[in-house]
Amino acid sequence: MFKRFSSLQWKSFFRSSNIGKSLGIKIVMGFFGVYMLISLAGAGVGLYFLLKEIFPDQSPMWTISQYFIYWILMELFLRYFMQKLPVMDIKPFLTTPVKKSTIAHYILGRSAASIYNLLTIFFIVPFAIVLLFNGYPVLNVLLWIVGIIGIVLSINYVNLLVNKNDKVLIAIVSVLVLGYGLDYFGVFSIKEFFAPVFHALYAYPITVLIPIALAAIIYYLNYKFLRDKIYLDAKLKTKAVEANTSDMSWTKRFGEMGSFLQLDLKMIWRNKRTKSQVYISILFVFYGLVFYTQEMYSSMMPMKAFVGIFMTGIFLSNFGQFIPAWDSSYYSMMMSQNIPMRKYLESKVILITVSVVGMFLLTIPYVYFGWEALAINFGCALYNLGVNIPVILYFGSFNKKRIELDQSPFGNMQGASATQFLVMLPVMVVPIIIFSIFYYIFNIEVAVGVLSVLGIIGFAMKNYLLGLITEQYKKKKYGMIAGFKEKAS
Amino acid sequence: MITIENLSKIYGSQKVLNIESLNIPTGQSFGLVGNNGAGKTTLFSFLLDLIQPTTGHIINNDVQVNTSEDWKPFTSSFIDETFLIGYLTPEEYFYFIGDLRGQNKADVDALLAQYQDFFHGEILGQKKYLRDLSKGNQKKAGIVASFIGNPKVVILDEPFANLDPTTQIRLKQIIKELAEQKDVTVLVSSHDLIHVTEVCERIVVLNKGEVVKDIERSAETLKELEVFFGAESALPVAE
Repeated sequence: MFKRFSSLQWKSFFRSSNIGKSLGIKIVMGFFGVYMLISLAGAGVGLYFLLKEIFPDQSPMWTISQYFIYWILMELFLRYFMQKLPVMDIKPFLTTPVKKSTIAHYILGRSAASIYNLLTIFFIVPFAIVLLFNGYPVLNVLLWIVGIIGIVLSINYVNLLVNKNDKVLIAIVSVLVLGYGLDYFGVFSIKEFFAPVFHALYAYPITVLIPIALAAIIYYLNYKFLRDKIYLDAKLKTKAVEANTSDMSWTKRFGEMGSFLQLDLKMIWRNKRTKSQVYISILFVFYGLVFYTQEMYSSMMPMKAFVGIFMTGIFLSNFGQFIPAWDSSYYSMMMSQNIPMRKYLESKVILITVSVVGMFLLTIPYVYFGWEALAINFGCALYNLGVNIPVILYFGSFNKKRIELDQSPFGNMQGASATQFLVMLPVMVVPIIIFSIFYYIFNIEVAVGVLSVLGIIGFAMKNYLLGLITEQYKKKKYGMIAGFKEKAS
Repeated sequence: MITIENLSKIYGSQKVLNIESLNIPTGQSFGLVGNNGAGKTTLFSFLLDLIQPTTGHIINNDVQVNTSEDWKPFTSSFIDETFLIGYLTPEEYFYFIGDLRGQNKADVDALLAQYQDFFHGEILGQKKYLRDLSKGNQKKAGIVASFIGNPKVVILDEPFANLDPTTQIRLKQIIKELAEQKDVTVLVSSHDLIHVTEVCERIVVLNKGEVVKDIERSAETLKELEVFFGAESALPVAE
């Protein structure tokens, strides 16, 4: 049975209509994954020597045991965001003579093979090998690895039980922060408290049974929970959220564009993917801190131009690159309704413009790091407004992939294709090159001036450019309609 | 008046639609029947400029559909649930469509009031987004939305499918009333021969993309159609 399920999973991937593109993306992601694993393995090897150097008077095994509790909490935290809960389209199986227990075991079993479980193992095993070379007892180290794998599997299944529950996330974060705080201020040493617990896994090989038992128990809990939920009305049905109607009549001030703007705002607030996109964008305001606080970048002006373009344009690129795919699920309606294409595009321009201006206002405090910061961000904002908005809209006309709005953006490549990677070139790289050229030939004033002037020129030509883009969208309309109809797998 | 001339669509080597000429006079209630794959939805998609014809064109009240957008203000349609915006409540959706068609809130409310019966208390004031409504209720919302803004041409693809019997009967009444207005052309497609013959004055049968029958409704229409489709099922499949 398991074999049959696996083969169905396989077919659903290879027979999906956009296999070519999604295979390409999967390969890129795969390389990324391999790279991650290799770096982790490298870090695992290096860890022993690193710990030896930082804490020369205690065994690296003890040090790692001290911090292991944080590792677990961090992993739970990361998994909450990154790990997708394993789903299979089990509806068709409900009426077939497949035992519910088999389905439940399959779903749980598959999640054990998740890449997130490999991460820790790839880190731990090289570390253990180094331990062996340094004369640690073989049996203890091997069973220690087994114990850690047990813990990792426990984390994996706890994460399934938690099932993206916000309250648990808050609890994890508070425990993490609180524990670290207690440690840091020396009130109570969480590290010292848990160190013997985890060290025991190494010191007393028999204790390996505890994590294994723990993993088995949590697996069983999950299994029982899942088995009872394999009904159409329980697990499978997505919960309907109560609609919150908002008036938003203030958008009327934008005239005819108002109703589109209202629609876009509702789309952003009521769908998971777009909403997280906004949060991410706002978080990126702090991106500048990484560069401005470090001595090393203080003289690297082009880096600051990059940060400026990035911060003021993060929503522009995150949201803009998927125009008009955001509206993909009802695009044929938009195209047959009484909506001139140009109005539709203009409303998107307004939305992005507001975001660029808003992001610029949020970055004003960077003036603390000198007037150049403000000047660069201002120039970048102007460039984003005048040049990048038309550019990103133009590239949007190549979008043909549907986006399901209510899915999380983390690790979600839906709607992505080669275009998205291509578009980052003109949007991010070109302004930095322009800035660098003028900065190195002349000075920062000229460089910022050039970016600003380019932005203003673009802004002045807005009507003409929008006209061209509208034509392009009209030309691509049929392809978009057909493409958006294909459900992404 | 809608004029279809020499319209065809070819995918690869397969001709999915081929209509030499078809005229639909203003005010007619026009029914389209045919088996799966006969080209009904394709024809309606042409009327809405959602796909590009291989040859020919459609002229909708003096506007050539694939070259101008001017047919949009007087044409409205409900083809399938991709015409709905899932994250809006039905009310918000109606007001949005109203906005697009130059109707203010009061106009839309007045129109919706006429369809209270049809909604059966399941659409308005439910605090639910359209995506969370059942298929049948989504359809109700979509159909009524296509009546907003006094359209001159109303296109409904399979409006009866997925509706409960009560709603089907009410919908027939609604379409009949709409068709009685002299200046409104209604185009309906359906698999249900009884519904179509009841609602439409003219019925066109499509088969493999070609018009094979074009009849004015009479007492014998239903019989004639049943004989036609019955014979179709008796014939061996031509390869």
